[in-house]
Order: sequence, then structure tokens, then C-alpha cells
Amino acid sequence: MTPGIATSVRLTGITKSFLGVPVLRGVDLELRGGEVHAVMGENGAGKSTLLKVLAGVHRPDGGTIEVDGAEVSFASPTDAQRAGIAIIHQEFTLLPHRSVAENVYLGREPVRRMQVDRRRMVADTRELLNWLGEDGIDPADNVSSLSVAQRQVVEIVKALSTDARVLGMDEPTAALADHEVELLYDLVRRLRERGIAILYVSHRMREVFDLSDRITVLKDGRFVTCAPTGELTSEDLVRHMVGRDLGEYYPDRAVPDDLGRVRLALRGAGNDRVRDLNIEVRAGEIVGLAGLQGSGRSAVARAVFGVEPFTRGLLEVDGVAQRVTRPRTAVRLGIALVTEDRKGDGLALRQSVRDNTLLVRRAALRGARSRARSDVPALLDVVTVVARGEHQEVRYLSGGNQQKVVLAKWLAVEPRVLVVDEPTRGIDVGAKRAVHEILRDLARRGVAVLMISSELPELIGMSDRILVMHDGALAGELPAGASEGAVMALATGHGVGEVA
Amino acid sequence: MTWRPRLAEGTAPVLVVLLLLLIGLAIAGPAYDEPSGYLALLKRAAPLMILAIGQYFVIVSGGFDLSVGALVTAGVVIAARLIDGSESATAWVILLVLGFGLLVGLVNGLVTTKLLVPSFIVTLGMLLVLDGAIFLWTGGAPRGALSAGFRMFGRGAVDVPVLGEVPWSVLILLAILVAAALFMRGGTGRALVAVGDNEAAVRLSGGQVDRLRLLAFVLSGLLAAVAAILLGGFAGVSAQVGNGLEFRAITAVVLGGVLLGGGRGSVVAAAAGALSLEALFTLLNLLGVSGALESAVQGVIIIVAVAYASLGSGVRQRLRLWPKQRNVARPAQPASS
Repeated sequence: MTPGIATSVRLTGITKSFLGVPVLRGVDLELRGGEVHAVMGENGAGKSTLLKVLAGVHRPDGGTIEVDGAEVSFASPTDAQRAGIAIIHQEFTLLPHRSVAENVYLGREPVRRMQVDRRRMVADTRELLNWLGEDGIDPADNVSSLSVAQRQVVEIVKALSTDARVLGMDEPTAALADHEVELLYDLVRRLRERGIAILYVSHRMREVFDLSDRITVLKDGRFVTCAPTGELTSEDLVRHMVGRDLGEYYPDRAVPDDLGRVRLALRGAGNDRVRDLNIEVRAGEIVGLAGLQGSGRSAVARAVFGVEPFTRGLLEVDGVAQRVTRPRTAVRLGIALVTEDRKGDGLALRQSVRDNTLLVRRAALRGARSRARSDVPALLDVVTVVARGEHQEVRYLSGGNQQKVVLAKWLAVEPRVLVVDEPTRGIDVGAKRAVHEILRDLARRGVAVLMISSELPELIGMSDRILVMHDGALAGELPAGASEGAVMALATGHGVGEVA
Repeated sequence: MTWRPRLAEGTAPVLVVLLLLLIGLAIAGPAYDEPSGYLALLKRAAPLMILAIGQYFVIVSGGFDLSVGALVTAGVVIAARLIDGSESATAWVILLVLGFGLLVGLVNGLVTTKLLVPSFIVTLGMLLVLDGAIFLWTGGAPRGALSAGFRMFGRGAVDVPVLGEVPWSVLILLAILVAAALFMRGGTGRALVAVGDNEAAVRLSGGQVDRLRLLAFVLSGLLAAVAAILLGGFAGVSAQVGNGLEFRAITAVVLGGVLLGGGRGSVVAAAAGALSLEALFTLLNLLGVSGALESAVQGVIIIVAVAYASLGSGVRQRLRLWPKQRNVARPAQPASS
């Protein structure tokens, strides 16, 4: 039968294995029109596979899919689309040099007298944009001129133009800047008001609490629980996701005795992107660097590491002024940078765990080769990497394990100053916890840690002091355990901040 | 920790191909009943294998070197003209040829890394420049002659205990192969592969990406000069001696499972790819297939090898997406402590 347009979808007892490895082991999920249903779980819990089963990309081995009470089976994504189910993927699928309308109707352009009916295409696209309340986007605009958030809107309009009534969104905020996240929230709420059923897959706890009506938790491919959002606390969620009580979230902070000499000092440092920075980070200390996207947080990290060097002021390492104009100099001075994009510039993905662990040592240092053989296992042990062996290519590892390898490659050269930019982005709760412990452990061993994070709970939980940036300069300093409101107030440049 | 042989990903197929070809030779040709037949094959293959080793350095770090064929021709032609049959000139001309190869590699590398011209274009330009210069210099017919001392490396043999007469070229090849394999196991070699995989990651790890790239081009130029010396001795002086060798070397490297674009592959497998290619042409020759088909066969091989590599990685990825994981160093322990 051809199913009608879905207003509700029920998945029951879905199982799916790949080459004999079970990924979904009996998952139930119900999506209703006008409801945001969040799915949470650690990496590898089966969220993405579930999404792909719903979208008709994977055929389940067992279990049933019902659309408005009638059982269906999708042989392909087209079948799912016909039933009104569409997925907004993490990677956008738009052609940058075509207009919004052309993208929305790509491959199914309306035709009139053997010609593409541009007028109708533009009119229909405008109608959908208006329906969503997104008047700011002109259907005739080139997609390349749009912001990431606007592109996401176009993706959603594209899905709606196929009469989708069920939308699956995979980590929709991953590519967005902080201020764009609010726009997405509004959009999702408007979609909900208009009766669309939304499946929302995300790592970010706060988003899920802000947006969702119900939450389903998966663990190791199994259904753990499904409950209205109001009945769950974040502690409940973490417990369900990791299957154990994490108790307190963050390792103990430094006590005054832990603090040693000033390892990294910036004195009036600045360049094109940041200015007048006076920062000191002591041995044994984790200093948090907060700020909105674009406030210059990452620019500080890149300047300290010599990627885009400071052009004014002083940079001192262990009290000695240094000119750091390229990463190699920084590495040799004992400065390490864990970048925010571990796949883009942190790891060589096709190289082995071992080769990545030794990357810094081999690339930047000399004469250390002889020692290299024995201590790789020890390093991997310290960062608790789980892999099939040290010769496995890192691209096969989970995000959390990849990040641990990034840390291992820096531990291999025993840095004095460690700058970490979004150290736990996109990794699961268990790995997050491990990364936090590694960072604190390094601090205890005398490393000065400067930590940048967009996740305020993490930043506040980990930092011994918090520096807040606004518009390329320091807006203020807060003590350990400051409130999110206080951080946001400084970050937004207002006396009274709002917690986004 | 017990040592066990480990193959870089994608290198197993070429070893199977090579084995099958060698078996095929043993069946098809009576000359391959004894070691001397295989030594002769190795001697013929040595220049291409050396070129493939040089090409490997460039490809694995993310580039191409199209200039090596013209460089081989240039090396032979220059040597013939300068030596002009004089034994006494042999030594310094050999040094000069090696120096010339190094210089061409240096120019290729500097233009690629400093002027940011893609290596494909740089080395294509170098190919044309060298071709034109050779033609201008020789007027189409090379003059002069190589000395016996020069030709010894390509033609002569030396008595080795147990093995008997072993060609010089095979010994040179083995020395280069062993040195290349050791280099690739070391820190600089691994960093070179990492550059082909993710340049930004190497730079942000404090590596000197430009120097590593430059090194690859210099090694390629130097090894092309070595190949020129062997080929001059083996095949004699002609203005066509290096024709098409750049593509044959690239085919060999790709056949050896080295990823175009860089980041994966072993140098030994690249050399095995060159040997396989030579063995294949020998086998076709034995079976009476026209030599004219060689380039067609080579074309098919390069396409099939690259197709296999791209298909293969997809299949491999699916096979390994959910591997059984274990802690590298010790059993996993709960994070709660």
C-alpha cells in the first residue's frame, strides 16, 4: 500500500545488525504531530542508525514501522519521503551557487511549457518561508550568501516542500554559532506549533531540556526509557545514558598549595582580532576562557600557539618573554594546543593510533626517536584509549577516543602550557568525564591549562578561575564556581546578562 | 611483545598479484626454472622500481612527480655527451648526473611549496622544459658515448657468495629499498605520510610541512638520476630512453596500493608494484602478446587499481565500523573512581 502523509509514526521493537554486530536491539519510538521528541544516548548508542531506519536508508532486521496506524516498510529514502518523513542531516546538501528556490526544488522543478517555471518555484518557496515565519530569506538569494542558520532553514523548507510532516534532525546545532542557536529554537517551536512531528537527536543536554516534550534514551542499541521532559532531571538523563550514577560531575579543583609559578603570561598582548590581553596561568591551575562565538576566545588560543601570532605586547613562558610566530616555536617552548576541530587539524585520520600519538614528537622534536618505542602503550594507558590496537587507524575510533589520542600526542612531549579549545565537543558523556580527569591530572602535575568551552556547565565545573571575553578583549574575571548568569552577563557585555 | 609482520592497509593485493605473476612466469617460460631468470627480471625491473620508490615519496605526501621520465632522458643524454667515451670522466659525470637530479627535485619542490603551484602542474612544466632542452641540445640525436665504467652499473654483475653473479643494478636497488623502508619506519618517514593525510594536523603539531614536501621531491629527483645511470648502462643512449617512465612509475605506485592524494601506503609495496608491472610485461611477451599493447595494459591497470582502492576502502570501512574494541594497554575500567 502507499501510505498517506504521516501525522504520527510508531516504531516498535526495531532491531538492526551490521555484519552480525547488533546496533539496535529492540527500540521503541513514537513520534506525534506537534511534539518534539528528543533521542539521547552516548556515541554508538544507536541514535544515528535509528534515524536512518526512520528515513528508509537502512531496512530494519526486525520490528515494525507504523504510519498513522498502518504498517509500512520503506525500501528506500524516497519511500519514506513519500510517507512524509524527511531527515535534516548534519552535513548540508545545498548547492551554494544556486538560489534558495532552485535548491528547494532541485531535481523536481515545476515545469511549464517545457521550461522550468521559475516564477512558480519562487512563489511556492516564498509561501513556505512565510508559513515558517522566515521572511528574512529571499527565494532568489544565492545560498552562498546565507548564514549557516539560514541554510538550515532552507534545508527544512526543502523537506517541507515534499510535504514532510515528520522531521528528523541530527545534531542541528552542531554547525551553528551561539546566537544562531536561539533562531533554531524559535524555528523548531514554530514547526511544532504547525503540527510537525520532530525527532531531535542531540548531545547537548540543555537544548534537549529547552526544546523537547519527550525524551527517549538509548544505550548500546537498547531502549532505556521514554518520559516527558518535565519528569526528568539532567542527573536522571546522565544516569540513564551511561547506566551508572556519575555522582559529582567534575574532578576536584586546585587548592592553593597546588598552584606554582606563573607558566604562561600575556602582558598587553594583542593582534588584529584581540587586544589588551593580560592573562596569567599558573602551574597547577585550569583557567577557563569564556565568551560568545566570535568574541576572540579561539583567537587567543591561536595567537598563543603562533598560528596567528600576537603583534603587540608580551608573551612569557615561565617568566621569559618569547616571540612565538609559528606553531613549531610554540611546541618547542612546551606550549600545546588541542584545537576545536580534531578531525580537521588535530589528527591524521588515516594514520595509526601509534603514529598520531607520536606525531608531535616526530614532527617537532629531534633525537627522541629512540625513546619512542616503549612509552606509547603507557601514554595510551594514561588517556584510556579504547582501540583494537595501536596500529588501528584513528578514523575508526569513536570521537571520544580520537580526542584522547589528541591528548596523548601532546602528553608525549610533556607540555608546560596546555591550551584546549572545546575539548569535549561531540564526544559522549563517559569520554567527557575521562577528558576532564586527564586535564585536571595534568594540572596537578604542574601543567598550566587554559580551557575554552562553549558549554558553560563544563567551563564552570572545571575552571579554577574564569576569564570572560567580549568583543576581542577581556570583559572580566570570575572566581571558581561562578554562576552561568554571571558569565553570560560579562560575555554579552551587559550588566544584566541573559542565560542563553 | 611478539613481533609479527604487519602490512600497511591496501598492500596485500599487490603481493598476491606479484606471486601469481611469478608463478605464471615459472609456468610460461623455461628461463624461470632457475634463480638466474628471476635475477634477470629483477635487473630489468630495477630502474622502474627505483623510480617507483622516488615517486612513492611524492605521492604519499600528497603530490605527483611527472618530471622523472624526462629527467631520466636528460641524465642519460648529458652523461653521454660529457663522458664521450672517456673512462676518466666517469666518476665526476656520475656525481654531476646525481646533482642534476637533486637540483631538478629541489626546483620542483620549491615551486610547489613556496609558490603554491600544484605539483601536478609544476612537474608537468618541468617535463616539458627538460624535453625541450634535451631536444635543443641534441638536435634530436644524442651525441657522445658512455664509458664502460658508467655502463657497468646497468649491465655488469658482481660475484656474490652463494648467489653467484648478481647484477650491480640489483644490489643498488636492494640498498635503496632497504634504506627507503628504514626511512619510512622512522619519524621523518611517518611524518611524511602524515603530511599527505592531513597537512594542517602536522603543521599544528609543530611539523615543517614544506620541508617534508621538499624532501620528497628531492628524493624523487635523486632516485630518477640513479635510474638514469642504470638505464643508460642497460639500454644505451637514446633521446627516448625515459619516455613514459613517469606514468609507468605512477602506475606501479598505485598498483602497490598507495593512495593517490597521499596518506597511506608502503614503499616496499610500491616497489613490488613496479616489479609486478615488469613481470606482467615479461609474461605478456612470453605469451606472444604484442609489445604495442603495453601502454593499453598499463592504462587499464591504473584505472582498475584506483577503482579498487576507492571501492575497497568503502568495503573495509563497513567491515570495521563496529569492531570489537579493547583497551590498548589494559582492560577498560569504569570511569568512576
